[in-house]
Amino acid sequence: MRGPAGVPVVDARGTRCPVPVIRLARAVRDLPPGATVVLLADDVAAWSDVPAWARMKGHAVSLHEEDEGWTVYEVVLGPRGAAPQDARST
Amino acid sequence: MARPPTDADVAGLLDASRGPLHPVAARTLEASLSVAWADPTRLHQPARRARALLDTAREVLADALGVRPDELSIHDSADRALELAIAGLRHARRRAGERVVAGATERSVVLLQPGTEPHVPVDRTGRVQVPEYAGALAAGGVAAAVLQSANGEVGTRQPVDEVDDLCRAGDVPLLLDLTASLGRDGGTALRSPTAGSVLVADAASFGGPPIGLLAVRTGTRWSLPGPRREAEHGREHAPPWVPLVLAAAEAWRQTSAAREMEEPAARALVDKVRRTAAAVPDVEVVGDPEARLPHVVTFSVLYADGEVLLEELAARDLVVASGSACTSSMLRPSHVLAAMGVLTHGNVRVTLPLEAVSPTRAEDVERLCRELPDAVAAVRQRLGRDDL
Repeated sequence: MRGPAGVPVVDARGTRCPVPVIRLARAVRDLPPGATVVLLADDVAAWSDVPAWARMKGHAVSLHEEDEGWTVYEVVLGPRGAAPQDARST
Repeated sequence: MARPPTDADVAGLLDASRGPLHPVAARTLEASLSVAWADPTRLHQPARRARALLDTAREVLADALGVRPDELSIHDSADRALELAIAGLRHARRRAGERVVAGATERSVVLLQPGTEPHVPVDRTGRVQVPEYAGALAAGGVAAAVLQSANGEVGTRQPVDEVDDLCRAGDVPLLLDLTASLGRDGGTALRSPTAGSVLVADAASFGGPPIGLLAVRTGTRWSLPGPRREAEHGREHAPPWVPLVLAAAEAWRQTSAAREMEEPAARALVDKVRRTAAAVPDVEVVGDPEARLPHVVTFSVLYADGEVLLEELAARDLVVASGSACTSSMLRPSHVLAAMGVLTHGNVRVTLPLEAVSPTRAEDVERLCRELPDAVAAVRQRLGRDDL
């Protein structure tokens, strides 16, 4: 699996929205700020939804597409609590 | 004035993107069936009667768009009118170039036309980025530009005057897409009455049947390839079915007469939905909160399935729409939500019907606001996601 040793990997390939985001949210629930999680997903809605979820929750996410038709999302958790939800922020 | 009867099937109707006809327009349609059925291009008496009625209706609809009757043609659908509008600009301007500048939240039918990629990016509210739009115009080889007055999915108004100025300065014809806004935003007056070289509207937006209106302003270079077409100023192969046009004109008369009450009332109801939805945990209300259509609001519910949420609300007699892909009929989520970078799952969209179409809409909105927190909690709990 991708990522440095010990990084949790959530394999949500084959599932459709909103399941990838739900699995990701479960995986990060008990992790401290700064921790990294990797998500594998092949649902096209996840392209929008994982970054949108990360923005709503104050996490950082980077994604890169794999040749095999899925996408790897690397999420670095932000501080707990408040995250900006203002629709006007860009 | 006594309120005309309305369709009893629309209780709880909060998705009027293609709503039932305005009740007076529905009566006009029924009455037209016996007097305006004929092909208006024929020469016999019934045809001449249909022709006269069509001419009057065209005057009314041209007035709705602020154009002259000889600039306005009528088409089977707004999508058809948009396709023709772009095809005519592309053909007339084929020596200038092949590109069509369009933002990423334009209607799907626009973005499917050749030459529209890459799409101009939009901000988080869905508003097209003006500097990028200017850059795309300046890049050269542009046949036409397209801009919606406001987005029908999220309600955000577009910078029409700024883009219109850019297009005039660059000598590029602008197609202004009024399909989501005509009659619902700014009353009878267009918000930018002189903007655009070509205008397209949908009679469904103001309570009429879903027919397309296409206005090409005089002086605009616009032509279709091939032999000249016979109907609708050379833009169609056949004339429209006149009863539908009469119903559209009557819908415009009714809706424009009610504008002073209608828009502030719709805006206040949508404000209430926005406040209620924003107060539910992990719900994001999207689109511009102020510079928007009065009657449209969309929000997305984290960890919820759009289809399940729609069913939950339907069970409470609330009829809403969704831009989520999690509904069985669509593989991809709304391109509008995706371009804005907002959550596409758990999406709920409210398009308020006209008050005349659904006299219960204020109560329906009250009920939505009352039921929504519980409906969201029920969906999350049922799917075991209430712990997130």
